[in-house]
Amino acid sequence: MTTDYCQTFVDKAKAVSAIVSEVKSEDEALQYVIDLCDRKEACQLLVSGCERDLSEKAEQLCEAKQKKVIAAPGLTKALYDKLAEMSAKAGFECIDSGMRDHLAGVDIGFTFAEYGMAETGSLMLDCPGEDMRLATMVSEFHVCVLPKSKICKDSYAVEEMMLARMGKTPDYLAFITGASRTADIERVLALGVHGPLELHILLLED
Amino acid sequence: MQKANNLKEYRSELRESLDNDFLRTTLDNFAVAYRAGRANAFKDMDVHGLIDEIACSKDEAAASLDALYKQFKEKAEAAGVHVHLAKDAKEANDIIASIAKNANCKKIVKSKSMTAEETLLNHALEDEGLEVTETDLGEWIIQLRHEGPSHMVMPAIHLSRYQVGDLFTEVTGKKQDSEIEKLVKVARRELRQKYVEADMGISGANFAVAETGSIGLVTNEGNARLVTTLPRVHVALMGLDKLLPTLHDALRILKALPRNATGQAITSYVTWITGANECASAADGKKEIHFVLLDNGRSELAKDPLFSQVLRCVRCGACANVCPVYRLVGGHKMGHIYIGAIGLILTYFFHGKDAAKNLVQNCINCEACKDICAGGIDLPRLIKEIHARIQDEDGHPLPSLLLGKVLKNRKLFHTLLRTAKWAQKPVAEKDGFIRHLPMVFAKEHGFRALPTIAETPFRDRWEEIRPVVQNPRYRVALFSGCVQDFVYPEQMEAAVKLFAAESVDMSYPMGQSCCGLPVQMMGEMNASREVCVQNLRAFEAGGYDYVITLCASCAAHLKHNYPKLVMDTPSLALKAREFADRVIDYSSFVHDVLKVKADDFVQTGGKATYHAPCHLCRGLDVHEAPRELISTGGLEYVECGEEEVCCGFGGTFSMKFPELSAELLKKKLANVEATGAGVLLTDCPGCIMQLRGGLKNQGSSIKVRHVSEVLADNRKK
Ligand code: SF4
Ligand code: SF4
Repeated sequence: MTTDYCQTFVDKAKAVSAIVSEVKSEDEALQYVIDLCDRKEACQLLVSGCERDLSEKAEQLCEAKQKKVIAAPGLTKALYDKLAEMSAKAGFECIDSGMRDHLAGVDIGFTFAEYGMAETGSLMLDCPGEDMRLATMVSEFHVCVLPKSKICKDSYAVEEMMLARMGKTPDYLAFITGASRTADIERVLALGVHGPLELHILLLED
Repeated sequence: MQKANNLKEYRSELRESLDNDFLRTTLDNFAVAYRAGRANAFKDMDVHGLIDEIACSKDEAAASLDALYKQFKEKAEAAGVHVHLAKDAKEANDIIASIAKNANCKKIVKSKSMTAEETLLNHALEDEGLEVTETDLGEWIIQLRHEGPSHMVMPAIHLSRYQVGDLFTEVTGKKQDSEIEKLVKVARRELRQKYVEADMGISGANFAVAETGSIGLVTNEGNARLVTTLPRVHVALMGLDKLLPTLHDALRILKALPRNATGQAITSYVTWITGANECASAADGKKEIHFVLLDNGRSELAKDPLFSQVLRCVRCGACANVCPVYRLVGGHKMGHIYIGAIGLILTYFFHGKDAAKNLVQNCINCEACKDICAGGIDLPRLIKEIHARIQDEDGHPLPSLLLGKVLKNRKLFHTLLRTAKWAQKPVAEKDGFIRHLPMVFAKEHGFRALPTIAETPFRDRWEEIRPVVQNPRYRVALFSGCVQDFVYPEQMEAAVKLFAAESVDMSYPMGQSCCGLPVQMMGEMNASREVCVQNLRAFEAGGYDYVITLCASCAAHLKHNYPKLVMDTPSLALKAREFADRVIDYSSFVHDVLKVKADDFVQTGGKATYHAPCHLCRGLDVHEAPRELISTGGLEYVECGEEEVCCGFGGTFSMKFPELSAELLKKKLANVEATGAGVLLTDCPGCIMQLRGGLKNQGSSIKVRHVSEVLADNRKK
């Protein structure tokens, strides 16, 4: 039933500049993350503004970051271990906690979504844990796996699930749709103002 | 912030905005793009159904604010959140300042909150020695410039990239260029360190869900997620009107809010916070969270039978997006802190009469805001009502008093009009325009020529031209309104001619007078009501199938406002309802009721374009009828750009704000000229006066006519 909404989800997510791909397995998703991190220039990514002159304080914060970092909180232990191993081989640092030491930014935040909402192409992520929240916010790229079976029609369809989570307090739920954006200067759309510059959604066959 | 002491000062402030080319171009582009974006976002959705549902659920919430607050507080406190109720702005600011003090906070990051603007929170906190940084890009920019927001959703819409570039050069101490993409990244990294240092985060809330004690935050930039995550203390300040019974109520509003605000199906981030969540920088690993709910008159407002609907507002800003006046002058002049249509109203309730008294006059009553409001609020009506209240408190200005007095007395009014005809003789031209404007009109009224009063008013010719109709299909009464009666009787005669040919029996009750809209526009509610009663009496004889008027404004006023004006007097209320049910505009009557056929008209094929009067297209929701009549009546209809945007007449508005009226007219005429049509048709004598006067002044050859005139001319036999 849910797969009926899959195409709508893809169309809507792409319309808000999300980069959507299909993966057959979790392993394939991990490989995607490693490849993406490899292609990306560590903290020299021009779109993040690293070539810009900043005030002294902001420069200092930026210099705190040395190595390419992948943040992947909230994975199963087995999956995390696999990713950590692949990262080490590729020369990246992989973390699942301690996000506060990386506020200058991490290269990739890697998470799993709880649900997808086709009507708007939105992901629903429950992140009561702070590391999870930060990983999805301070990363330059956010890569999120969404099992196809978890795609629902719209927000009304996830309402009950939300209520269940809100009942178990404390709770911090997010709908995430596309990359962070602003149109505050001359109404010109610019991505990545506070949060990720890119949102990659990996649709997982399940 | 609007600071003018009187209307004169206010007008000169408006002048500054009109002269600001950047602002004008931005707002123009935005207005056009917004309309298309919104339509696209709501495609395939039942917008009206959704808005009705929102209005209903918000009304129910407003009616049970106390209970909702209690439930919300219980739920939130059970989850470890501190909940406070502030009766006014000062109390809210004091509560927040003391939270900061008790928790030993020095630096604060804020994500956008209109409620905090309402209480002027930043000033209060800064006075306590706290450092407050806005993190929403637009808010940060205007904070650095020490300005207020000029739009609820896009607070810095009035600034150019160059202004922002210069500002950021100052802030970083390093030269920044003006490329937007780069400026955004500078802000990203400058603000990142502010989050890191802050010990308190302040947010607003779009929803306060009573059943769970949660708040919901709607943002695009994601700053709310950082503000509510990094600092060890989080304070959310929200109006009591944000309370909703269930999550479903919030999700429903979420379907409309971003679509109506910016044409997005949803914003990038919607955040739902329940309870004191994890925070690594707090001593016990738990964040200290406070929800501060602000009353500031809201619970009083909730009890007001008319104004409680104000609490339906979800702060989408759409009422500014479509307002032709906002589009001309921008938010700093079209509001105090809250801007646009809702701003005019909220200013009165939250910031007082003095801040509102000039603003509320700056509404042309075009109803564009009402048409689009996510909460279905009757904004123009409330604006007029506040105007009236302020005049009742402050004393009525002389012109409005006089007009009220004159209109209340039909005989006096008509005598004055007849006298004016003689008085204008020396300045009247043969072409039906006044040659030199009389001295009472200052130079700024010269943007359009004004018509002369007709030689013989319609009412004096009626007995002579009244047709005898055998076997009538319908019996109708004609309502002429004062302009068609005394200035353009030929439009009425054209209608009479067609109706007679279509076997419609007509009567023209002599006791009728001005519909009363002009005095209502000037805030003279009593006079408006008296005129209404006179007209109800004049049409009392009854036996009509319809009451027909050729003036869109009269039609909308008779239909929608009459029942409201007399609603407190049961005997009249019934009469007004019956009367209102029979009122129909000319085009709808001819098109929908008479169903005239193209065969009955000479097909001349000339190109004609159309101007949709505000009170016809929005006031009465009539769209197709006049356009189809143009084709049926033998002309080729060519669509005009922004056809349903106001021409700037607005009755007394054009007298009070001639500069704004002139600008609106200019835009309208440019669109008309661009069609290449030789004839401009419309359905309202006021619009005709404005459009004809403007074209005459430009020396244009385009003819402006009422739809009725073309149909009468082209009708065979
Ligand atoms: S009625 Fe028209 S002019 Fe008045 S506030 Fe609404 S949109 Fe603006
Ligand atoms: S009054 Fe209506 S249109 Fe204006 S901001 Fe509020 S909800 Fe939106």
